[in-house]
Parts: sequence; structure tokens; C-alpha cells
Amino acid sequence: MNNWKQFSKMHMDILKEIGNIGAGHAATSLSSLLQKPVEMKVPDARLVSFNEISERLGGAEQVVVTTLLTIQGDVTGYMFFILQQDGAKRLIHSLLNQEEADSCNELHLSAVQEVGNILSGSYLSALADLTGLNIQPSVPEVAIDMAAAILSYGLLEVGKVGDHALVIDTCFYDRPGQERPIEGHFFLLPDPDSFSILFQALGVTEHDKGD
Amino acid sequence: MTKVINVGMADLNVACAPDKIRTTGLGSCVGVVIYDPSRKIAGLAHVMLPSQEFSRGDTNQAKYADTAIPALIEKMIACGANRSQFQAKLAGGAQMFKFQSSSQVMRIGERNVEACKCQLERFNIPVVAEDTGGNFGRTIELDTLNGVLYIRTANRGIKEL
Repeated sequence: MNNWKQFSKMHMDILKEIGNIGAGHAATSLSSLLQKPVEMKVPDARLVSFNEISERLGGAEQVVVTTLLTIQGDVTGYMFFILQQDGAKRLIHSLLNQEEADSCNELHLSAVQEVGNILSGSYLSALADLTGLNIQPSVPEVAIDMAAAILSYGLLEVGKVGDHALVIDTCFYDRPGQERPIEGHFFLLPDPDSFSILFQALGVTEHDKGD
Repeated sequence: MTKVINVGMADLNVACAPDKIRTTGLGSCVGVVIYDPSRKIAGLAHVMLPSQEFSRGDTNQAKYADTAIPALIEKMIACGANRSQFQAKLAGGAQMFKFQSSSQVMRIGERNVEACKCQLERFNIPVVAEDTGGNFGRTIELDTLNGVLYIRTANRGIKEL
């Protein structure tokens, strides 16, 4: 299914629901790690051009802390767990009970990597349970760099069919109602061929209009 | 007035003096800059993949090294640039993540750089400077007035080529 522009509202709603269920499980995992409530925003599933993809993170040059897993199995693609730098610092602070450090050392990075791994794992296993598909996350990698430079890694596969990517973005944050939350994004970026497999597993055909 | 022309991912464009031309957030992508110092005309392509052979129905010429560079040269000549004066600079082609896998995708930055050099050689355009590889992103901006390429990174400051 290469022509994503033909996706109906129902298809997009299903993708949002995937984000909802996946990130819901991830938020629960984070909540138990931090031992405090974690809230989630309404997921967003959107077809974006390559140049728009970093916008929700503050622009192409915004420096972000990212854990990336590649997805293998019946469905392939990429899962990014993205934090702004100050959010990452606060997360490390909460987890390690240390003062907020100015720079990231190896221990800090590996803490972020492990959190990203646990949360992405919860997200993907919820997705595997929902669909009954074999979905295997890779070993996580972590990077602190410009959003566009990081995200472009996930665009290599979709780039072969066009200049747009379908991103399922779910944002969550702690400290509901307070300032300076730890805010994180999950970007699920399935490869183009994976959409029809996902829809099929959920009992929807590509041409279903639904409404 | 000086304008800054922004080139997006998998895109290309040309700038004439006194304008500047830039592209942001190069990861494994390669920024190819071709400059004609005699006419002060610069072209920039933000290349994502080494060859159009990777395409599965996509027709964006600017995305692939083997189609972007010929298209860029053509566009520069159409703007009045003198081909015999062309010189190139390259930046990007990083390996942002070091997944332990033998998959070719993992070396895509390196392969993009190789493919760009191969195309530039094909058109007899010398590569006068490059800042490629590593594991970090880059934003580049070329000043058409002097041909200097400014390379900005998240943690390594600014470099001039």
C-alpha cells in the first residue's frame, strides 16, 4: 500500500488507536519507574513531509535525546523515544536520585537508553498482543543530536517510495498541571509495506472506507 | 538584501551572490555544495540515498546522488554558472547509530559520500574540502560571496571549510 493519501479517516483512527494502546502501556511502565502519575496526550497519526517531521519536536535543529529501536518481524519500521534535553536531565535526576547535571555522562546516557528500551518494549509488546503479529524490537541505540539528523535515519525506507512518512506520535508527560514536566514523544514509523499487514491483522482491508 | 535559501531534505537549489544557501540536520544524508567562484553561484543538494536503484516508484531526483548531482549541475548552468570553474565541498554522511548488524542500511552515510564523490568525479568536479563521517548531525550554510562553507553541529561548535 504505497498510496497513503488514500487512507480513510477510519484507517487513521486505527493508527491513532495503536498509538493510544502502545503509549498507554509505556506510560504505565514509566509511571511505575518514576513512582508517580504519568499522563498522555491524544495520539496523532499524520502523513507528514520530511521537512515537517521535526516540527513537533521544535524544529530540525532542536537538540533532542533519543532512543531508537528498529522493529523486525511481521512488521518492520522504527520506534523513537524522544526527550528534550532538559526533560532528559529531569528524568535522570528522578531515576538516579542525583542532582540535575549540566552534561550527560555515560551512566546518564545508559539510564536514558534503558528507560527508552523499557518504554518502547512496552509499547511494542502491547502492539504485538493487539494484533497477534510477531513484532521484535532491536537492541536500543541512544543519541543526542539535531532532531532532523536523528529522524532521517528512520526515513530511509519510506524515502524509497516518496517524500512523506506516516508517523504515529504520542506525547506523555509527568507532573500533570504543573510547570516543567518531563515530556516525551513516541514516534512510531512503520515501513511502507507494514501498514497493510497491520490493518489486515486488525481485520480491516486497505479499501475499507469504514464510515 | 541577502537572503538565505533553505534546501529541505531530499531537495536541491541554487543561490547567486549575495545570497546564502543552507540545509539543516544532515545525518546520514550528504550535503553536496558546488560553487563557481567566478560567477559566485552555488548549488546545494541534500542527498539521502546513493542511487536511484534504491527507489521503489519514487521520482524525486534530488534524493539520490546519481540523479541529484547531474540535476544540480544543469540547474546551476541554467542560472549562468561556468561549468569549468566548478568546485565541490561535501558534508554529512554520518553514522548516527551503530546498530550491530551487517545490513547495508547501517553504512548508508558512508555509501552516500562514496556515491557523491563518484558522481563529482564523473563530471570532473574537484572536491576541495569535506567534513564527512562521524556520528553527529550537521547544519551547513554556504556564503556565495566567498565560497566558505560553515558547518554547525550540536556539540562540536562551528567549523569553516
